[in-house]
Amino acid sequence: MTLTSLQRNWPVVALIVGVLIGAIAPLALGLSTPGFYFEVLLGGLMSGVLYSLVALGFVLIFKASGVFNFAQGAMVLFAALSLARLSEHMPLAVAFVLSVGIMAVFAWVVERLVLRHLVNQDAVVLLMATLGITYFLDGFGQTLWGSDIYTIETGLPKTPVLVLESIFEGGILINTEDFVAAAIAALLVLALAVFFQKTPTGRALRAVADDHQAAQSIGIPLNRIWVIVWTVAGFVALVAGMVWGSKLGVQFSLSLIALKALPVVILGGFTSVPGAILGGLIIGVGEKFAEVFLGPPLVSLFDLAGGGIENWFAYVLALLFLLVRPEGLFGEKHIDRV
Amino acid sequence: MSGRKIGEVILEVADVSLSFGGVKALQNISFNVREHEIRAIIGPNGAGKSSMLNVINGVYTPQQGRITFRGKERGQMDPHDAAALGIGRTFQSLALFKGMSVLDNIMTGRNLRMRTGLLAQAIHIGFARREELRHREYVEHIIDFLEIQAYRKTAVGRLPYGLQKRVDLGRALAMEPSLLLLDEPMAGMNLEEKEDMCRFVLDVNDEFGTTIVLIEHDMGVVMDISDRVVVLDYGKKIGDGTPDEVRSSQAVVDAYLGVAH
Repeated sequence: MTLTSLQRNWPVVALIVGVLIGAIAPLALGLSTPGFYFEVLLGGLMSGVLYSLVALGFVLIFKASGVFNFAQGAMVLFAALSLARLSEHMPLAVAFVLSVGIMAVFAWVVERLVLRHLVNQDAVVLLMATLGITYFLDGFGQTLWGSDIYTIETGLPKTPVLVLESIFEGGILINTEDFVAAAIAALLVLALAVFFQKTPTGRALRAVADDHQAAQSIGIPLNRIWVIVWTVAGFVALVAGMVWGSKLGVQFSLSLIALKALPVVILGGFTSVPGAILGGLIIGVGEKFAEVFLGPPLVSLFDLAGGGIENWFAYVLALLFLLVRPEGLFGEKHIDRV
Repeated sequence: MSGRKIGEVILEVADVSLSFGGVKALQNISFNVREHEIRAIIGPNGAGKSSMLNVINGVYTPQQGRITFRGKERGQMDPHDAAALGIGRTFQSLALFKGMSVLDNIMTGRNLRMRTGLLAQAIHIGFARREELRHREYVEHIIDFLEIQAYRKTAVGRLPYGLQKRVDLGRALAMEPSLLLLDEPMAGMNLEEKEDMCRFVLDVNDEFGTTIVLIEHDMGVVMDISDRVVVLDYGKKIGDGTPDEVRSSQAVVDAYLGVAH
């Protein structure tokens, strides 16, 4: 980076340096033992992976169709509800496959009844349409599957285990279920990356994301591509819903995690898959760190009640990014011709 | 040009009119395109050239008139249908997939010719793999032909303008179109790039036997490479014939140089 570009981009650089300092400060200042530090870090990464999953759904649809899909959270809830209720009557694997089918049908219906008729409309019109889909899906999910709290039994042990006792004093306490969840999420992201980069359909999807008109002129059918993208987003929603649902129970509040994914996509950039992943991890770790390491000093220094930082930290970080780098870490810079 | 033989009429445009609200973009346009020929549509800015191309390509549906392609009259269609029929096109303002490599951009042109299903692709098994390789071979042939071997893996957005135009042409060629529409292929190019592009257009026509319809407002270049030329002005056809005939037509000269009415 040259000096001039450094001068121009100093707010971004300052922000990134700030985030990095925040990440190592607790350890450097001796606020925690290494063991505890890594425990918090891991916990943050785990929830970060889940934010990434939801954010990924946003990014996929935004890239391929320019639609900001507000319904992603509702899709997570609906998919999780389908899986939870179906798995009451059959093995989890069968229920999972059926739920994928349900999300594919949902994608097809959305394309048929909504998207197809709103092609070339303003972004605001499409956003309103997805808001409509959100509330419909929230309600319809309850009509179809009920509104209690349901559980998804994955059969994994929920008891935490101690690892790495030889390295850190007292070891690190981790949850087996969390660990498996993170592994599944990582695998999913990897599979998606291969699908997008290596298969002809993935190539067609990227083509549509880049330029609708050109894609159509070489014979890529937009309608089919949209169904595929929404199905993939539905699949991602299902995995996110399964992981969250098995941890916290399947209930209405699941659809609210979409709101946590908003700062993630602002941070990572609306058009970047790696951005969604990294953004999720930064926010997951960031809010845990803020809660655990920033809260106590606030309490002792200013005699505040402390707590609650986890709830707003992501949004403040996103706000800062909007001020200094609106396109996010990896998003495309938009220069509109006027 | 070597063994190229101009054949039957492949595209017939009859009495086509297109208007946007009160603006008449095209008025009663008729002309035909013969197999293997290079047919130019020229005219000053705003003459309706791009509208004409977009009508053939299925972007616009004309309010009046008939379009017959390879003996079949077409109803309403969109660009995807046009592509399926074998009509390929390039764009005036580049519409490449900027984030993707040159190779990937041209490979997308093979999309319509891919047969394996989504599932087979996803797990990348035998047939899907062989198919990908077969298409890759054809695409490599095009890359060699357009002399862009060195940029195969480069993201298209980072190439200079003239090369991007070549990639655009390559992507359309990958479709193996029977009719290729070129939208101002020389626009914004310097002299050397223009000469290169002319050579490629002639070579495509010669080697692949592709019928070409190109629109251009720069008369000079077009006259040298076209077999027949249609001249449009204010949405009306004011000339049609060989380059020499068109050049000597009074109406065409007036349209280009301006005349006191």
